[in-house]
Amino acid sequence: MKVEIKRERCKECGLCIYHCPKKAISKSDSLNANGYYPVQIDDALCIGCGVCYTTCPDGVFHVLG
Amino acid sequence: MAEMMKGNEAIAEAAVRAGARFYAGYPITPSSEIMEYLSWRMNEVGGAFVQAESELAGINMVIGASSCGVRALTASSGPGISLKQEGISTLCDEGLPAVVITQVRYGNGLGTLFTSQCDYNRETRGGGQGDYRCIVLCPSSIQEFVDLMLPAYELAEKYRIVTVMMGEGTLGQMMEPVELPDFVEVKRTPWALNGHYTYKKIGIFERDSMAEAVELRAKYAEIKENEQRWQEESIADADYVFVAYGVPGRATLGAVRELRAAGEKVGLIRPITAWPYPDKAFANINPNVKGIITVEENATGQMIDDAALAIKKTHKDRNIPAYALTYVYNTPPINRIKEDYFKVKSGEIKEVY
Amino acid sequence: MANTRERKVPALVDKPMDFCPGCGHGIVSRLIMECLEELEQLDNIIFPIGVGCSSNLGAGLECDRLHCCHGRAGAVATGMKRVNPDTLIVSYQGDGDAYNIGIAETFNAAYRGENITVIVINNTNFGMTGGQMSLTTMEGQKTATSVYGRDCSVTGYPIRFPEMVAREFPNAAYAARGTVTTPANINKLKGYIKNALQAQLNHEGYSVVEVLSPCPINWGLTPVNAMKRIEDELIPYYPIGEFKKREEAK
Repeated sequence: MKVEIKRERCKECGLCIYHCPKKAISKSDSLNANGYYPVQIDDALCIGCGVCYTTCPDGVFHVLG
Repeated sequence: MAEMMKGNEAIAEAAVRAGARFYAGYPITPSSEIMEYLSWRMNEVGGAFVQAESELAGINMVIGASSCGVRALTASSGPGISLKQEGISTLCDEGLPAVVITQVRYGNGLGTLFTSQCDYNRETRGGGQGDYRCIVLCPSSIQEFVDLMLPAYELAEKYRIVTVMMGEGTLGQMMEPVELPDFVEVKRTPWALNGHYTYKKIGIFERDSMAEAVELRAKYAEIKENEQRWQEESIADADYVFVAYGVPGRATLGAVRELRAAGEKVGLIRPITAWPYPDKAFANINPNVKGIITVEENATGQMIDDAALAIKKTHKDRNIPAYALTYVYNTPPINRIKEDYFKVKSGEIKEVY
Repeated sequence: MANTRERKVPALVDKPMDFCPGCGHGIVSRLIMECLEELEQLDNIIFPIGVGCSSNLGAGLECDRLHCCHGRAGAVATGMKRVNPDTLIVSYQGDGDAYNIGIAETFNAAYRGENITVIVINNTNFGMTGGQMSLTTMEGQKTATSVYGRDCSVTGYPIRFPEMVAREFPNAAYAARGTVTTPANINKLKGYIKNALQAQLNHEGYSVVEVLSPCPINWGLTPVNAMKRIEDELIPYYPIGEFKKREEAK
């Protein structure tokens, strides 16, 4: 896994989905405690570039080195 | 050795000796000399001085300095203190100490430049939003003002409250012999912000106002019990007791002594704290007193409310009349006070309560 | 896979914050903390925080901070810096706080050249109170107090503060405007913030970074479209860049 996700932080803003260069991010279909559908990453497509980390306002992503 | 000094300059020097190391304010008659003096003196003692763009900015700069643990000062007059009200409420909310000096001048709005006591209600009740009080000291001479500067800071830090030094134009502008106190050691307060997060604050949305209300009530009750200050003279056997603070307090003391010499049984209570009001002094008044008389430099009578409450609380079995002599502005001359005393005695001047 | 750089949110802001989905505050506050981490100043920082959406930062942050009276952070920061000249003082305000009610304090801190750093989050309205018009609202923009669109002939034209600082105030060390619309812009903004903090650390003078930031809720746009609005409508009027560079950087 290249990127850890904190599901409880995601507010469905969609910025990471829009900016991911590999279109590896999508909305999951299970709610978090705040009532949002948090994002999920397809690890096979992910290249660990960190764009999701950069554009996320809520600290959802931890890109592992 | 006492030297003749102008009030505002002596007060400014006393603040420095009491450990003040930050001043921010704006010029306003009749307090500007405090700022002018500190504009060169603060740097000499390693403090910081800012001539702020407004009174409002000034009090907020004081908030900044006080939050970092420094003894901070601002000085103004009525209209400027009005601009500072939100800041004073904020200082009290954050439990940050500060000293605010007001040299009161008469009038509503822009007002006049005459010396006055027309801000008593605002200073003692607080003109800002919320449920707070400030300790209000009201000296009657330059020496007393100077001597109260260190207690002003010590009280502010002991109770984490704002101390208002309620002077008036006369005290700022006159010259009297003054002995200045020694310098105190300058220290930061233990709850100061220092960049290292030593003192952990809770976020504004986590405040528990119910719990804070309990603490606030206890704090004010403790101050009321322990910090009342006053001067009293010949009240134990008096028929009439004058109540007057500040410079009118001195004039009234003169009137009391002259009346006594002429056989009139009168006395004086001179509050030195306007908040907490010195209720305890009134307990010492002759149980058979015929009335209390406030002497005030304002139009509508402001301290009369606190004085009336005090005499009626301490002498519950009788309903002692409370009179107010209101001279609008300028120090009432002793002869006027004496004339009006006889009018009270004869019934020509009626009681307020 | 082995040569990806670790990217981890600094601990001080690694917590749930109450900003709206897609709000720029979360990005900017993270960038500030990343810069402080890299400059090794995390234990040498005090934030005077403005009133508005900025208040949400004050609620969450666990470091020295003071929630200031609305608009007055410029004055509070002045008091703090004058008595703690070696502590980083970074004010964090919205356009409503800094440029409307606080314009005098904001202006005068820059005018005097206080050695502070001022971060202004410009979302062209008063966000927290429900989207009223601000001094930075664009001509024709509909807000809660300009329901037919802002009429600049009556209310004035949007203010450009970093440019004014660069042009008018000799004591200013650094003035820039950035935005958070793309990864490239976010990285550029981080450079501006770092420059501003370094200007303060080296006692060069006053530094300000304004950030064009989205307000999806009050603009009535999705977060992605709010970023597009910034690119299409705001950047042409509010250019991105450094208007006054630090002396050494020249």
